[in-house]
Amino acid sequence: MTLRGKAAIVGIGELPTRRSYPGRSLEGLCAEAARLAIEDAGLRKEDVDGLIVDGTNMTPAAMAEYLGMRPNFATGVSMQGATGATSTAVAASAINARLCHTALIVMGAARDATGGGPPRPGAGRGSINTEFEQPFGPAAGAGTGYALIYRRHMHEYGTTPEQMAKLAVDERFNALANPNAAFQGQPITIDDVLNSRYINEPLHMLECVMPSAGAAACIVTTAERAKSLPNRPVYVLGAGIEQGNAAIWQTPRITVTPARVSAARALAMAGYRPQDMQFAEFYDCYTILVAITLEDAGFVKKGEIGPFYQNTDTTYKGDFPINTDGGQISGGQPGLAGGFRHVIEAARQIMGRAGPRQVRRNDLCMVNG
Amino acid sequence: MVADYRKPLPNPLHREASRPFWEAAKRHELLMPRCRLCDRLFFYPREVCPICLRSEIDWQPVSGRGRLHSYTVIHQPANPAFREDAPYVYALVQLDEGPRMISNLVECPLHAVQIDMPLIAIYDDVTPEVTLVKFRPAG
Ligand SMILES: [Zn+2]
Repeated sequence: MTLRGKAAIVGIGELPTRRSYPGRSLEGLCAEAARLAIEDAGLRKEDVDGLIVDGTNMTPAAMAEYLGMRPNFATGVSMQGATGATSTAVAASAINARLCHTALIVMGAARDATGGGPPRPGAGRGSINTEFEQPFGPAAGAGTGYALIYRRHMHEYGTTPEQMAKLAVDERFNALANPNAAFQGQPITIDDVLNSRYINEPLHMLECVMPSAGAAACIVTTAERAKSLPNRPVYVLGAGIEQGNAAIWQTPRITVTPARVSAARALAMAGYRPQDMQFAEFYDCYTILVAITLEDAGFVKKGEIGPFYQNTDTTYKGDFPINTDGGQISGGQPGLAGGFRHVIEAARQIMGRAGPRQVRRNDLCMVNG
Repeated sequence: MVADYRKPLPNPLHREASRPFWEAAKRHELLMPRCRLCDRLFFYPREVCPICLRSEIDWQPVSGRGRLHSYTVIHQPANPAFREDAPYVYALVQLDEGPRMISNLVECPLHAVQIDMPLIAIYDDVTPEVTLVKFRPAG
C-alpha cells in the first residue's frame, strides 16, 4: 500500500508575503489562510476533520482551538524548511489510513512584536551550535553552512557564482508575475546579484532568503471526495523523506543532500523518472541549496547544475520552469510557510490557476522541502 | 588573552559530556572522544557513541593536523562582537584522524586560503577559563 493517487490537494489559501504584518498575530494570519483554503476547496469548516500545523512555532491544540475545530487527526510537523512538504505527505498518509478524511495544513509568520506566540523552545539551553559554532562567529541568518557547501561545490565541480546568480535572476523574473511575492516590480541581472554585498562569501545578499511575514494553507482530501469538488484535483503520487543532519558540518559529504534518497523514493512510489517531471518547486533558502537538490533529485548529473542554469531558461516561460512563483529568494520567507509555498504553487500550477505565470505543461511536478 | 572578551563563549549541549574536550583545550591539547567498542573517534562529544549507542567512551589525543575541507569568509557576523574582525575565515576542518570541527582559520591572508590546504591547531586562550581551538596553515 503506497500513497499513490490516494489523496489530493483540493484547495489552497495564501496571504501575500510582506516584510511584516503589523498588528497581526501568527494565529490570525494562519486562520485567514485556512479560511481561504477551505473556501477555495468548496468546503465548509465542518467538512475538515484533520489538522496539521508547523509544530515548531505552535501546537495543534492551540491552532485547533483558535480555529474552533475539534479534528479527529491533529499533529505538528517540525521539519524546518521541509515542514510544508512533509506535512503534505503526512496528510496523505493520515487520509490513506482513514485517520481523517479531509485535512487542513496551515503555517505562517507574523513578524510583529505585539503578535504574541510562544518563546522559542530551548532558548538559553546549550546546543552544538552554541558550543561548537557560535564561538567562531557564523554569519547572520542561516547561510553559514550553505556557504561551506557552496565553496566545496565550486572546488569539486567548478561551479561559479555567475551560474548561481542566474538562478536568482530567473526566480526574480518569476516573482515579478506573482502579486503575492515580497519583491515587486524590480527585475535583477546577474551583475546585480554579483554586485550585491556578501553576507558570507561566496553567498551574496541576493542569493539569500529575506525573512518575511504571511501564511499559507491547503486542504487535502481523499481521491474520491476530490472528484466532486470544484478544483482540478492535485493528486499526491509519491513521497519520500530522508532526515539529514542538523548541522551541515556533520554531514559526511557536504555537497550531497537528503534529496538523493527522498527524491528516488518519491519517484519510485509514483512510477516516474526525473525526466518525466514538467516543472519543479524546490526549497530555496539559498541559491546553492536549490542547485544541489536539483542534482540530487536526478534532473542533472552531480556537479552539472552550474552549466544547466547557464544554458536553461528556468522561468515560467522556459523549457524547465523552476520555482515559478519566485521561490523564497524573491518571494520572501514567511516562516515555514516559505517552504510550504512550494507545495501551494505546485498545486496552483496543476490546477491551471497561475495566471500570467501559468506553465504550459502542468501535469507533473516534483516538490522538494 | 583579552581582558574584556565579548564574543560568545561555548555554551555546551551537555557540560559533562564535553568537559574533557574543553579541559584539554585549556592545556593546549586536542582530545577526541573515542568509542572503546567501535574503536572510532567521533565529534561532537556525546553521552553515547553515535554508532553503537553505548557509553564506553574514552578520550584520545590527536595530532591537531588536518585540512581545510571548506570555508566561508564572513562579512556580516550574526554577533556584533565579531564585526571588527570581518572579513574572517569560518572553517570546516577535516582532522587527519577523521572527525570534523568548525573553527577559524587564522594567520592566513584571505587570498592564500585554499580548499584542502593543510592546517595545524593552535590554542587561543580567550579568557582565563576558556581556550578555543583554532587553526593556522601548517608548515
Ligand atoms: Zn560505539
